[in-house]
Amino acid sequence: MTDKVALVTGASRGIGKAIALALGNAGVTVVGTATSEAGAQAISETFAGASIKGRGMMLNVASAESVDEVFKAISAEFGAPTILVNNAGITKDNIMLRMKEDEWFDVIDTNLNSLYRVVKASLRGMTKARWGRIVNISSVVGAMGNAGQSNYAAAKAGMDGFTRALAREIGSRGITVNGIAPGFIDTDMTKKLGDDQRDALKGQIPLQRLGEPEEIAGVVAFLVSDAAAYITGETIHVNGGMYMA
Amino acid sequence: MSSIEERVKKIVAEQLGVKEDDVQESASFVEDLGADSLDTVELVMALEEEFETEIPDEEAEKITTVKLAIDYIKENLQ
Repeated sequence: MTDKVALVTGASRGIGKAIALALGNAGVTVVGTATSEAGAQAISETFAGASIKGRGMMLNVASAESVDEVFKAISAEFGAPTILVNNAGITKDNIMLRMKEDEWFDVIDTNLNSLYRVVKASLRGMTKARWGRIVNISSVVGAMGNAGQSNYAAAKAGMDGFTRALAREIGSRGITVNGIAPGFIDTDMTKKLGDDQRDALKGQIPLQRLGEPEEIAGVVAFLVSDAAAYITGETIHVNGGMYMA
Repeated sequence: MSSIEERVKKIVAEQLGVKEDDVQESASFVEDLGADSLDTVELVMALEEEFETEIPDEEAEKITTVKLAIDYIKENLQ
């Protein structure tokens, strides 16, 4: 894996940060992205401290220009990435009856439309290399639904369909496309929930706890490894048993 | 230096895994040379590399035969 370049979006904290570190520790050169220059700088510092090759870059996955710039920068500095982890995502929860148009569109744009931009930009390099790994970080909510998250659930279910379609399209070029659907992981995103909500959630999880970001990162590291070469079009659920398909 | 015709035919043969002799100028990539839609995209990528140019998507979609590829390169690289 040491000759590979990985792009991990949304790598400044939470699951994305853990994924970037896991790939970096496996010897991959990693570009981790954040939405601000300060965030990108912090990623670079984290990598340097952990002796990981690569650096942070600023990227707004909702902007085609930004995606274009970042891919040019990565290619010039490290070579085209053949591992792509689409992790950047946002939530803007509201019940449908109260949901504002921007809450709907922002979530769809950052979580789903971003795939069009980032994946399209990465396919050329992977096709040329006849090797690629795309891992889409989805959510258990895309499969089971969640009141107050119709926008997020729609985006994540869309992502899962995209995973399957693209896997069929480019399997012949040695590129695998998979998803991981985390359940409730202990990150800033789930810290927004109140203590009561978190306790209620734990009651629905057979393993009786929230997951750790590293427990998602480990599955990403597996999916990009040679050991997972025959897995494609699959979305792996990692949720402590709260949802069993 | 080989002619543009020869260079284009060589790339088509390599990309689509056919014999150079079978790459007639009138040949359609899909109908005559057995290319699928992914092959045609990769073929354009290979042409871009060989001729150090960028072919916009809307132009690339029109390049469906060996002759159209040769013509495009001639018109845009002189």
